[in-house]
Amino acid sequence: MTGLAYYSSLAMVTSVVVYLLAFAAHGAEWAAARRVDAAGAPETGAPDAADARVASFGRVGLALTTVAVALHVGGVVLRGLAAGRAPWGNMYEFVTTTLAIVGVGYLAAALSGRLRWLGLPVTWLLLMGQGLAVTVLYVAVSPLVPALHSVWFVIHIIAAATSGAMFNVGGLASVLYLVKTRAERRGTPRGYLARLPEPVALDRIAYRVTAFAFPLWTFTIAAGSIWAEFAWGRYWGWDPKETWSLVTWVVYAAYLHARATQGWKGRKAAWLGVLGVVAFWWNFVGINLLVAGLHSYAGI
Amino acid sequence: MAATDAAPLSPRELARFAWGQLTSMRTALALLFALAVAAIPGSLGPNVLPQRPNNPVLVREWIANHPQFGPLFDRVGLFDVYASPWFASIYLLLLVSMVGCLVPRIGVYFRAVRAMPAGVPRRIDRLEEHASGTSTLTTTEAIDAGEKWLLARRYRVRRQGNELSGEIGYLRELGNLIFHVSIFGVLAGVAVSTLFGFKGSVIVTEGSAFSNVLSQYDDFTAGGAFSGDLTPFTLWVDKFDVSFERGNVQHGAARVFLVHGRVADATSTPQQTTVEVNHPVIEDGTMVNLIGHGYAPVVTVTDAAGHVAYSGPVTFLPQDGNFTSLGVIKAPDARPQRLAFDAVFVPSQSSQAGVGPVSTFPDLDNPMLWGTVYSGPPKAETGTPENVYSLDKTGLTQVMDGAAPASFRLAPGASYALPDGSTLRFDSVKRWVKLQVSSTPGLPITFGSIAVAVLGLMLSLFVKPRRVFARISDADGAGLRVETGGLDRAASRTGLAETVLGLAAALGTTDAVGVRQDEGSPAASASSRVAGTDDEETA
Repeated sequence: MTGLAYYSSLAMVTSVVVYLLAFAAHGAEWAAARRVDAAGAPETGAPDAADARVASFGRVGLALTTVAVALHVGGVVLRGLAAGRAPWGNMYEFVTTTLAIVGVGYLAAALSGRLRWLGLPVTWLLLMGQGLAVTVLYVAVSPLVPALHSVWFVIHIIAAATSGAMFNVGGLASVLYLVKTRAERRGTPRGYLARLPEPVALDRIAYRVTAFAFPLWTFTIAAGSIWAEFAWGRYWGWDPKETWSLVTWVVYAAYLHARATQGWKGRKAAWLGVLGVVAFWWNFVGINLLVAGLHSYAGI
Repeated sequence: MAATDAAPLSPRELARFAWGQLTSMRTALALLFALAVAAIPGSLGPNVLPQRPNNPVLVREWIANHPQFGPLFDRVGLFDVYASPWFASIYLLLLVSMVGCLVPRIGVYFRAVRAMPAGVPRRIDRLEEHASGTSTLTTTEAIDAGEKWLLARRYRVRRQGNELSGEIGYLRELGNLIFHVSIFGVLAGVAVSTLFGFKGSVIVTEGSAFSNVLSQYDDFTAGGAFSGDLTPFTLWVDKFDVSFERGNVQHGAARVFLVHGRVADATSTPQQTTVEVNHPVIEDGTMVNLIGHGYAPVVTVTDAAGHVAYSGPVTFLPQDGNFTSLGVIKAPDARPQRLAFDAVFVPSQSSQAGVGPVSTFPDLDNPMLWGTVYSGPPKAETGTPENVYSLDKTGLTQVMDGAAPASFRLAPGASYALPDGSTLRFDSVKRWVKLQVSSTPGLPITFGSIAVAVLGLMLSLFVKPRRVFARISDADGAGLRVETGGLDRAASRTGLAETVLGLAAALGTTDAVGVRQDEGSPAASASSRVAGTDDEETA
């Protein structure tokens, strides 16, 4: 392994370890919050001290996440330098790039004081995704096959990665919405759930992120279609990857409509949002690894 | 049927009811969902459920291997999902539902754009967000100031006596309508491409050329309205550069596919050109893509009389990633017996002892031609075209070498002598490329419509329509009583409270207090406001 590639891998692996620590810190934050709210503050006394403990776990989590995201982004950049091209030519690179966008986006919001409550689920997502990337998906740096020698390689895939990152964040918010509304139906939510924003706000976050990602995803499909016309001589061929990107698009279209439809808004719409992320991930992991198609050119 | 309970619907009523159901949002949602689900069977890949347009051979095998389900699946269109009647019925219903939804909305929109903003509601305090306070200004001053404030924020304003209403965000619905109408543009482009376009492919060996006339195509399909006029041009394939990865990472993966050629239209002299995977040659709306490649062993068949019965390259079809390729060498003019060779070409013969024709690398590291021989009495020339890739063995018998079939294994330059004295010489190897020639005239319509659709989509998702109202009335003694209120017509907007208070301040109040009207309890609305201001500003 040459220098740059080595340091890229080192940064990626280290980021997994730091994500694990950040996830643990946010887990501790959650556990501490649970005790505070469950005990009933006045009896045990010192609610401020306990609250401060919760907050300091949260700050540690955020600090660790910052370090991990810095390592992660460094890993992605070094990978691109090592390969001498955009770092999204195979599954390993696509996952690490997409998750780096998630990490940077979350950090940008969290460091300015918003979306902090996403700390636990986001670090979980980054830990799982990066962990799988470095253990299962890793491949050494290699040049691209001729099919990828195109300007659309940059445009199509960065659009896919960015919209994918936002779909993931929207999906997390939808899951939290479902969990919180379920808890509210069973009584008063406590602990971490009590500290989450109101369901209305969770739903709104999920919607906003998805509403931002949806036109970009539309563009991703269109850009892929233009590329396909040049590379394969047809703009649409019902290749499994194409079909599933359309299925994902249709599910999100249904989500956007459902949010505005009586009888569908709320939990049913949130389920559609979750289904959209599932379709996205299936299109990426399932179609690449299990289904033969034109998009399987890079091994993994 | 409880026909006695209610009068049966007249056909007209029934149609009206059905139309109302079809164009409802719930139906649209159900149809969207159905479309997503219906697209799945065709996307499971050739190993699970092959699709005829992509893998006709695998479909045939699938049906043969599943005698029970195969024909049934075939009848219901599961081998060509995207052309099946049930798939079409879903998207056609969806489109009809969309038209039914869209047409009235277009009318409503244009009436709304021409109309003034709605008047102030009787009870402003029933609005989602409202505020009240007292102003020291006069009524006219206050209304003037409020109007100026709204106009500065690009509201459309309606002023009526002591009342003011403003509306903003008309582009949202416009974007929404544009997006949905553009979908028809996309489909119109697809229809034009399908009707007026064509697609064909041809295999061209290095050193030969393709002229764009129908008889040169290996396969050709055109739309029903295709004029039949093919752009006249000729493309010479002089040389095809290929290289494959020799390092450990992605060993054997393609690295370079590059056709060096010349192209000339009806009048011009040939110009140097190249064809690559992402860089097709485009001649006057006709596109030539490089979509495949393989090997063509060059062979010479000399018959027992010493006459050359065949000489030239023979196209072999690759069977795997390392280009183990199958082909048939036919020498129908060999005498006294016509000859045919059922052959396997291997670009990099495995050096392992005892293995048959197995290729270990896609490039020409150790080319080898393997095969068996057939002979038979000469056949009358009928002019009927026959498959060049398969051997019709009627009238042929396998040539034997003792008890075993006669077989050969040749490196380039080597010859194989048949028992009757005829020979097969493996001269060299050429490469062939598969070129796809196509015309897709609707493409500008399709992609233009997609561009417009994305713009419309962005307007419909990012523009946030809002209505605000103000009323001024006399308060007892202490100046004017000002009431403001507003409502958002898109459920994802925040900052309505600020606008309502801002308008109240513009009207001269200093003591205005905002109140939020929520379905939930006051406590819930208070905390949701906190969450709203705390966590929101992402968009």
